[in-house]
Amino acid sequence: MASNLKTVMMKPIDKVAIALMAIPPDSEVEVTCQDKTFKVMISEEIKFGHKFAVIDMEQGEEILKYGEVIGLATKKILAGEHVHVHNLEGIRGRGDKVAT
Amino acid sequence: MPLDQNLTFMGYRRPDGKVGVRNHVLILPTITCATQAAHQITQLVHGTVSFIHQHGCAQVGVDYEQTFRTYVGMGLNPNVYGVVVLGLGCETHQARSVAGEIAKSGKPVEVISIQDSGGTLMAIAEGSKAAARMVQEASAQMREVCYFSELTIGTECGGSDACSGISANPAVGVVSDMIVEAGGTAILAETTELIGAEHLLAKRATNDRVAKRAFEIIDMMEKRAILMGVDIRTGNPSPGNIEGGLSSLEEKSLGASAKSGTSPLTEIVDYAQTPTQKGLVWMDTPGHDIEQLTGMAAGGAQVVLFTSGRGTPTGSPIVPVIKISTNTPIFNKMSENIDMNAGTIIDGEESVDEVGKRIFQEIGQVSSGKLTKAEILKQHDFGIWRIGPTF
Repeated sequence: MASNLKTVMMKPIDKVAIALMAIPPDSEVEVTCQDKTFKVMISEEIKFGHKFAVIDMEQGEEILKYGEVIGLATKKILAGEHVHVHNLEGIRGRGDKVAT
Repeated sequence: MPLDQNLTFMGYRRPDGKVGVRNHVLILPTITCATQAAHQITQLVHGTVSFIHQHGCAQVGVDYEQTFRTYVGMGLNPNVYGVVVLGLGCETHQARSVAGEIAKSGKPVEVISIQDSGGTLMAIAEGSKAAARMVQEASAQMREVCYFSELTIGTECGGSDACSGISANPAVGVVSDMIVEAGGTAILAETTELIGAEHLLAKRATNDRVAKRAFEIIDMMEKRAILMGVDIRTGNPSPGNIEGGLSSLEEKSLGASAKSGTSPLTEIVDYAQTPTQKGLVWMDTPGHDIEQLTGMAAGGAQVVLFTSGRGTPTGSPIVPVIKISTNTPIFNKMSENIDMNAGTIIDGEESVDEVGKRIFQEIGQVSSGKLTKAEILKQHDFGIWRIGPTF
């Protein structure tokens, strides 16, 4: 039952939403933010507080939450997939990326 | 609806006109060698507080100055009635110099040196006698009517999770705006955890100088990581943040900056520096919870709001810290440490505004004497942001 799964999406331009409860795989969720609604089939378990993609993203694409960039996709991400450190890379404070 | 500019609480008026919400006698060790003796005094004399640290010697330049400013600021904090400054004698951070700066506020200050006293036991005896006199004087002081416009409220988040940016931080943002509207000062800090949100804050600056400074201090913080050749993510976001669902520093920062509300940014101050402006002020501190808390306490904050998703015990020897959980499960699990729950926003039971108003009312109560959980558990955390090596 999609309506029982609580999620929140902060800004309509965001590419991810947040699970406000654990969401099991193969659940269909409906995410609404202002005038936008996404129907998303969750493909893997999303823990409480974790993010899932509401649209497909290409590798290297900017990932938006709060209407702002929170990092880049390190691989192609499909709608309904868990978005976290395994496929999202922060771009700030990255001393390890500076050529010496 | 505009807030009443005459909102009041019951506080302690200091000789310099400032207002305290507590009436502590602080045993202030200016050198690590004196921290154990200072602790002993707090065991002997009721009503005294102190803290353990490892600083105060073989420090130079801006690092020396920052530590000095922190010691002085702790003594000057309006929650402190009087101070016994305890030194060893030979250290770089001279107890006498720290005491001299604090005494300018007109509050009672005594200096004890372990070397001059002839050892630890005599220093403890002399310090305890001075402290005992101050405690009795302090106990005779009555609370009086004070105004919210005289409050400086520090805001902080620690042990963040993905709910922080949705529930407790935006609720603290509402409080921050209410404090500013009441004519008071709200401090935003933890520069590291604003990396990625600086452009939004700079847009709210009241003048170009403040906007420029916002980018400067972010750049300096980011360069520290780059100079070390490290990925800042190895320390921030922390493993607990990641477990909670935060994936990058930018994501954490955007959630952290929600604590600042929507007010204009009037000033950016250095670590442990007292704001000169009212309104929303940004203090340049690291994200380290205790170093940030200490900086805000030394900068004159009388109360600190601390949001947490993972749950922390954090408290200060001199400043009540009101801890606010971002989700209901952690509030239930760590209710001995956490004062308020903003998880009701996640549960759909309360709005962000409603929680903000509830926190604002709690500030009034705590400022008038209600103890926070961290005070009851004697969580006397203290840590200085060191910006240079020890020599």
